[in-house]
Amino acid sequence: MKYLTGFAAFWWDFIVGDSIALAIGGVGVLVLGALLVRSGYPGVAEITLPVIVMSTLVASLVRR
Amino acid sequence: MLPPIRATQRMAWLMNPTLLLVGATFLASIVEAVEALTIVLAVGLTHGWRTALLGVIAGSIALALIVAALGPALVYVIRLDQLQVVIGVLLLIFGLQWMRKAIQRAAGQRAMHDEEVIFQRELDDLGRAGDLNLRDIDWNGFVVSFKGVFLEGLEVVFIVLTFGANANSAFGPATLGAVLACILVAIVGAVVHRPLARVPENSIKFVVGVLLVAFGTFWGGEGIGVEWALGDWMILVLASTYFVVALALVAVLSRSEARRTAAKASAS
Repeated sequence: MKYLTGFAAFWWDFIVGDSIALAIGGVGVLVLGALLVRSGYPGVAEITLPVIVMSTLVASLVRR
Repeated sequence: MLPPIRATQRMAWLMNPTLLLVGATFLASIVEAVEALTIVLAVGLTHGWRTALLGVIAGSIALALIVAALGPALVYVIRLDQLQVVIGVLLLIFGLQWMRKAIQRAAGQRAMHDEEVIFQRELDDLGRAGDLNLRDIDWNGFVVSFKGVFLEGLEVVFIVLTFGANANSAFGPATLGAVLACILVAIVGAVVHRPLARVPENSIKFVVGVLLVAFGTFWGGEGIGVEWALGDWMILVLASTYFVVALALVAVLSRSEARRTAAKASAS
């Protein structure tokens, strides 16, 4: 159990680091983009992706 | 001044995709190598170079085993679009974290030389552990050195695999860039024997963070089915846009930090 917890902690630290907002944002950006593409709006996704990426960065800095 | 034909040839040589790939992996890997070197130096100075190097060797072997086991699976088993999504997410997360820290450092909200702080913290931790149990000193140092090399090395492997896989499986140039970065940092560490305060780490992290986020957006977008209108040139557009936004954020945060400091000073 201790090793399992350690293993999970390692990956958590490796991927999430010190900002969970950026980890969620990184995944959320592509999930939202995929939804737009599947709904038939790939052009909108092309513009929206960079905007959401930068919004995630701004949000993580403001939340400090 | 060079004649136009020469200039064009020179430009074409500089824009060579293989050279760009080597450069990109070199820049991205050098940051990780520098971080690993800080930890190894801390261990070496407090617990001897034998312990530190043992950790380096063990970490490298563990890393090689993982790459041998998972590397081919990543490249040949998983579909490229799926790989692009996974890679895109990881690059976005790592890149955004690097950008955030670099912006905070440039704006004065975070210590400029984190590596110096990390180095001192490692020294303190090791010193405390040594007081408790002398027999454990070497193993503590070993584990710290191992952890540093393994973790940072894993990030280098991610960089090589991701950059290489997205350049038509050009793992040779990608590996070359990473190996050159590691060799350069090792030489610098051996010659200078000092932690990383002298390396302009924040500037490297700033640029690399922007590049990782740009590549992450591009590859992640391709993975989910976005067809970028400008093709690969979109990476340049994304990187330039992100760079400008990051600079604007530094300016805004610097001003707010200056106001906060002035308010504190007038209150006290």
